[in-house]
Amino acid sequence: MTKVHVTTSINGDETEFLCEPHDTLLDVLRNDLSLTGTKEGCGSGDCGACSVTLNGRLVCSCLVLGVEAEGAEVGTIEGVGEADNLNVIQEKFLEHAALQCGICTPGLIVSTQALLAENPSPTEEEARYYLAGNLCRCTGYDKIIRAVMDSAETMRGEVK
Amino acid sequence: MAVVDYQAPQSIEDAIGILQKTDIKSKVMAGGTDLIIQTKSQTADPVRVVDLKHIDGMMSYTLDDGGMSLGPAMSCAEFTTLDDVKAVYPGLSESAYLIGSTQVQGRASIGGNLCNASPAADTIPALIANGAQCVIEGNNGERVVAVEDFVTGVAQNCMASDELLKRISMPRPAPGTSDAYLRFIPRTEMDIAVAGAGVSVTLDSSGKCTAARVAIGAVAVTALLVREAAEALIGTAVDEQALDAAAAAASAAAKPITDRRGTAEYRTHVVGVLVKRAAKIAAERARGVK
Repeated sequence: MTKVHVTTSINGDETEFLCEPHDTLLDVLRNDLSLTGTKEGCGSGDCGACSVTLNGRLVCSCLVLGVEAEGAEVGTIEGVGEADNLNVIQEKFLEHAALQCGICTPGLIVSTQALLAENPSPTEEEARYYLAGNLCRCTGYDKIIRAVMDSAETMRGEVK
Repeated sequence: MAVVDYQAPQSIEDAIGILQKTDIKSKVMAGGTDLIIQTKSQTADPVRVVDLKHIDGMMSYTLDDGGMSLGPAMSCAEFTTLDDVKAVYPGLSESAYLIGSTQVQGRASIGGNLCNASPAADTIPALIANGAQCVIEGNNGERVVAVEDFVTGVAQNCMASDELLKRISMPRPAPGTSDAYLRFIPRTEMDIAVAGAGVSVTLDSSGKCTAARVAIGAVAVTALLVREAAEALIGTAVDEQALDAAAAAASAAAKPITDRRGTAEYRTHVVGVLVKRAAKIAAERARGVK
């Protein structure tokens, strides 16, 4: 099988990689580009752990072929913030203890960022529906929703 | 199946040329939310993926006095934000909003939902209610098939292996027309329909129903257009008696199976309830449409 050469933009950086036609974008991010912040949960689009943005739209990277990234703009958790410069959403997840094992957290933060970009003032119900594709088996969601609503409020108020 | 080749043609002609190759099987991809999962199955038969998203018109739409012409590969996430479409076909917009999660809607398309041909596909009853037609392109030119005739079985449609769905078109509804789609699932989000109902009604200035289309999903091998249910509404003021008659007609047309989501008996009943409620909503909306 011939590998395909792909040129794409990941978190604003032009990136090139070689992949098999069957590799998913998730495979490429984790195995070839060492961007392991994006997690694999179900591998079938049900859990949202692998959430990324593709040309600005929230998608499951397990349901995107790596070759489809050609010419596209991909956004991953690594582009949201850095360890010494966290994004507001990341700070709020810490503040509200909105995680336990942490596997769902990158996906939830990427999804929350997409939510708040589309709708800076979501109701709790809107936030819960938007994030329904991000499964968390630890927290029971209450702390996550508190962190999301607090992030929205903070981002509306003043930029940190 | 195992994906061994990926092609992203720029034109319909190029796509059909690729589909005519006989070296290995080709699979057409729009959003890939069904196809990519299928490719992860254990069987090793090699397939070529033909991605339609780079073809002009596949991801766009037009809406004018004649109706809507929809690029089949447009994501549901984009489709459900089209306010002009929502104003004319609110039920169709609702059906697209019910497919999977935000992430799945970011990729999944109405054309893909239709071609994948699940009996429980949410957009199919809503398309049928709106009289939608499939514009199919193949080596011998174009042909047009009504959505209710397009799906021929579970995961089967009427297209040959070298044909593809080019556009989905539907007429502009007559004045005083609106639609609604409802489905029942055991939870509030992220599940597959136990039963679904798409209804379009046209009311005249006195509130009398002059035309209707009723389609039901997840209660037979394919979504069904139920003419008897529409006839029960036509000529009435869409009152309680007419709604009950439409519900009974829908239940009579249902041929469901029993599975873990619901028994055949339950589905038969609930599809009637959904038709009744969807018709009520469509009529309320129609009263507000000039």
